[in-house]
Amino acid sequence: MSMLHTVNKSPFERNALDSCIRLANVGSAILLTEDGVIAAMKNTNYSKIISDAMAKFKFYVLGPDLKARGLSEENIVDGITVVDYGGFVDLAAEHNTVQSWL
Amino acid sequence: MEENGQTIKKFMYMNRKAPYGTIYALESLEVVLIAAAFDQDVSLVFADDGVYQLMKGQNTDEVGMKNFSPTYSALGDYDIKNIYIEKESLDERGLTLEDLQDLKYEDEDDDWAEKDSIHLVSREELAKVIDEQDVVFSF
Repeated sequence: MSMLHTVNKSPFERNALDSCIRLANVGSAILLTEDGVIAAMKNTNYSKIISDAMAKFKFYVLGPDLKARGLSEENIVDGITVVDYGGFVDLAAEHNTVQSWL
Repeated sequence: MEENGQTIKKFMYMNRKAPYGTIYALESLEVVLIAAAFDQDVSLVFADDGVYQLMKGQNTDEVGMKNFSPTYSALGDYDIKNIYIEKESLDERGLTLEDLQDLKYEDEDDDWAEKDSIHLVSREELAKVIDEQDVVFSF
């Protein structure tokens, strides 16, 4: 079973997501939460890093954190799955380990 | 600058963090509203992830936090007429002014005409505005 990685920092402010992408094993799931949801947005200077990393990882983003920041689900990078809190719990249960990148 | 024998200083509040993930955005707004009561020349800057603070359509119902974004529209009533947005920060994030709240103030010297508080400035222009300040608070 693969690992679930959670990232809660903006990629423009911290390198948590860079480190996660660099060190996570192929096939891992990466869930973006809190300010980490900024990384999910299309047409930013970071979008390409996410699209490129999709070949190795499955990306998820927490919907309530997008909504709080006025970020539309319509504008996220294609291929990222939006989940709610129930979906977060499911992901945590489906993977044997959860690693938080702070 | 002096006005009615009182020294007026230029205070700038520099906002560089996204809202909700940290307390900086809310704390800055609270300090700005308090400081506005002291009749100083107050301006705000939104740069880097700070531009996300002004996003339209914020809805915090599901995260269980207070949505403080409607408060920005009250800044005009507190005589805050200069809100600078760094254009490069918007560009890097695929955003335009259309994505942000449209903030206005009423000009008492011009028959209370409604005017834009938001100034879209380049990095170079912003550097000059910062240089003119007496005090800059960072959030």
